[in-house]
Amino acid sequence: MMPLLELRNVDVAYGPTTVVHGAQLELRKGVIGCLLGPSGCGKTTLLRAIAGFEPVAGGEICLDGRAVSRPGSALPPEKRRVGMVFQDFALFPHLSVAENIGFGIQHLPRRERRARVAELLELVGLPTHADSYPHALSGGQQQRIAVARALAPRPQLLLLDEPFSSMDAELRDELAREVRRILEQEDITTVLVTHDQMEAFAMADHIAVMNAGRILQWDTPCNLYRRPAERFVAGFIGQGRLLPGTVLNDRQVDTALGIITGVVPESFHQGAPVDVLVRPDDIRPVRSGPVSADILDKVFRGADFLYTLRLARGGTVLCSAPGRDDLPVGERIGLELDFEHLVIFPR
Amino acid sequence: MNARVAQPDVSVTASGSLGGMVRTASALRPDAWTWTILVIAAVLALPVLAVFAHVFVPAGDVWLHLRETVLRDYAVNSMILTVGVGAGVLLLGIPGAWLVSLCEFPGRRWFEWALLAPLAMPAYIIAYTYTGMLDFAGPIQTQIRAWTGWGWGDYWFPQIRSLPGAIVMLSLVLYPYVYLLSRAAFLEQSVCVLEVSRTLGAGPWTSFRRVALPLARPAIVAGLSLALMETLADYGTVEYFGVPTFTTGIFRTWFGLADPAAAAQLASVLMTFVFVLIVLERHSRRRARFFHTSGRYSRLPRYRLTGWRKVGAVVLCLLPVAFGFVIPGAQLGCWALATPEVWMHREFLRLMGNSLSLASIAAALAVLLAVIMAYGKRLRPAMPIRAAVRVAGMGYAIPGTVIAVGVMLPFAWLDNTTDDLMRQYFGVSTGLILSGTLAAVVFAYCVRFLAVSLQTVEAGLAKIKPSMDDAARSLGMGPLQVLRRVHLPILRGSLLTALVLVFVDVLKELPATLILRPFNFNTLAVRAFELASDERLADSSSAALAIVLVGIVPVVLLSRAISRSRPGHDAAP
Repeated sequence: MMPLLELRNVDVAYGPTTVVHGAQLELRKGVIGCLLGPSGCGKTTLLRAIAGFEPVAGGEICLDGRAVSRPGSALPPEKRRVGMVFQDFALFPHLSVAENIGFGIQHLPRRERRARVAELLELVGLPTHADSYPHALSGGQQQRIAVARALAPRPQLLLLDEPFSSMDAELRDELAREVRRILEQEDITTVLVTHDQMEAFAMADHIAVMNAGRILQWDTPCNLYRRPAERFVAGFIGQGRLLPGTVLNDRQVDTALGIITGVVPESFHQGAPVDVLVRPDDIRPVRSGPVSADILDKVFRGADFLYTLRLARGGTVLCSAPGRDDLPVGERIGLELDFEHLVIFPR
Repeated sequence: MNARVAQPDVSVTASGSLGGMVRTASALRPDAWTWTILVIAAVLALPVLAVFAHVFVPAGDVWLHLRETVLRDYAVNSMILTVGVGAGVLLLGIPGAWLVSLCEFPGRRWFEWALLAPLAMPAYIIAYTYTGMLDFAGPIQTQIRAWTGWGWGDYWFPQIRSLPGAIVMLSLVLYPYVYLLSRAAFLEQSVCVLEVSRTLGAGPWTSFRRVALPLARPAIVAGLSLALMETLADYGTVEYFGVPTFTTGIFRTWFGLADPAAAAQLASVLMTFVFVLIVLERHSRRRARFFHTSGRYSRLPRYRLTGWRKVGAVVLCLLPVAFGFVIPGAQLGCWALATPEVWMHREFLRLMGNSLSLASIAAALAVLLAVIMAYGKRLRPAMPIRAAVRVAGMGYAIPGTVIAVGVMLPFAWLDNTTDDLMRQYFGVSTGLILSGTLAAVVFAYCVRFLAVSLQTVEAGLAKIKPSMDDAARSLGMGPLQVLRRVHLPILRGSLLTALVLVFVDVLKELPATLILRPFNFNTLAVRAFELASDERLADSSSAALAIVLVGIVPVVLLSRAISRSRPGHDAAP
């Protein structure tokens, strides 16, 4: 099946500075994708290039099999059938909620337009607000109207630019779930931009982790966590520490945690110095185990504790344990290994 | 890492149709917007370029004659006028601004906007109003003679129609520029620095001298340079008072000596002075930004004045308002009431009609051009467009006489060339198509006043977030539809303000109208000036009063705008 959105080696530049280098990804119809990365990594620029607001300096952006951006030429944003929800929502202050939603469907006959606006107001759960003006709405309501407005012309692709960044944490979770429900109900292909991985995990099926203008990995949330392809991804997604080690053979790596077993990629020869990714849930505290460690610090997180441990053989790791076993700082404990995958990087 | 893979060779067939793709604009590949704006800016810059082009025309006899005889007078008088008015506007403008923004005394809120009122009074009108009041036959001297029994020559009385007289007149109506900008600067000074100065034991006077004044200096200089640009541009006052300056010189060389080249050369000398002021103003405005102190604003604690200080403050604020607006305004009112036959006459209605229609057309055109330029700059904020917009906004600094000469030169050339060609090939004479028509007048107004509308529209546009444009574009609107359906409705207030401001400026404009108007076409300003020059002061008062009354509208708009502009102002939402 042909991907709905395809980025082929896309470069985006502001004058002489290139902000996005060789971005490449494919998004199938109905999938929610996400560009995730720290601020200044080029994710918003890439999103704006997909929308048609920024020209590309190299490569190609294809929508539904058709090239829409190339160096030197571009399909204008208004002809792309791409909806966008802006960070500040950008609701038109001089128009009512219904007029805002109807803005992009002026070409429809009056009756159809009214019906579509009513349908969308229903979809976003604000059926009684048709005649309000944007300034009278709360942040969450404005957000949902902005989504409804972008969906009204039935775009083939919807872009969300940091959609929840102006919300407080509680509202953010609720809205993310709500928006995901709306997107699934409308079966709309979406690209979301965020710097918040929890938001990305809550919303997206596929995530591109970006840093310094490059897409480092384009994968499912689970794979990004379990099988990060690059050091940066390993550090950026989830918690964990890199522990130095040495490759023993194609199945084993020796570290301060002892010998960890898994699949060692062929590119690592025997005796190669590596760093092993240790997630907090890769190790478990036990009364007495093969490895011992001292508790340096602990943070209570409700369901569990996050301990920082110093290993007897040197190096520190993080370890999560059920909240009911409260171990005091300074105590020496044993550890049991529970690695699902072995993630190693050359040192 | 991630070395660029060789660009996949995508043929048009492989990636589908490319229909609808447009070339992306860049600095190297200007598009329709860029061209439109560059052309508008070039046309608007034409008068100034035409004037400067004559610097390189070999000097003719007239120029040599001018240089031998009057050029020195022009330069000296213009200099004295500039220095005198500079001192005058500072003396009248700063104390008022300081008092109303940082002290509390009876009538302060009223003075806040009343001090702007003289802005409604064109300098040539106040000049002949005072002449009428202070002349030998005027009410003041008549009264003195009645009391003392003196006759002509028995006593000394200052001669109002003189260079010092012109300085006083111009200072009285131009000080609001200094008042306006320095008041804004005083209000923007964060409460912190002033509180610090008070905790360190400085009283009102010391705080003013050692903290507020130095901080406000860039703003004061900016206001001063605006006032001085108007001084250099003034034609009516100096002409009426018989003080030969550059503007009157240009006028005489043009009409009296019929030498356009010499007039243009005089104009370019004048423009050199003006450019110094432009640079001064821009520099001060840039510096003013660095002088912003911390961002904390709260209600300024005002010094409550008591005793003789209170009285002094009221008198200091009352003087400029009274002499700059109330007294001459009242005199005009008296004259107008005494001459109902003037404003009851059909001729007066025709004048009103001429002025209003001319001002409306020019205002509409100036706002239209401003919208195109400002929106184009928003769409393509690249260097050439920013430069073009800045050039187009230079006109406010250029004296009306210079613009008039600069309009006449290319228009006359165009008319003559067309006429020659038509005669040569078709045997018909087209005569004058552009020069001496209202088109030339309206064009000159656009050059002079585009800055006014441009500034207003740009300020309004800047308040609309760029994401609004993007949102509308992503909903299927082209750039022009976005302008029509999003920006213009939101900008309605700013557009109306811009229309009013240009309208009033055009109504007051004298020298360019005087030079460029079609034969026998009169406006309120021209007629008022002509009648006054013929010593028919009472007859001219109706037209003058009409101009002053319309001129109050922008003063009201301005005072409302500044009362809302203060960050953290209590009235602001």
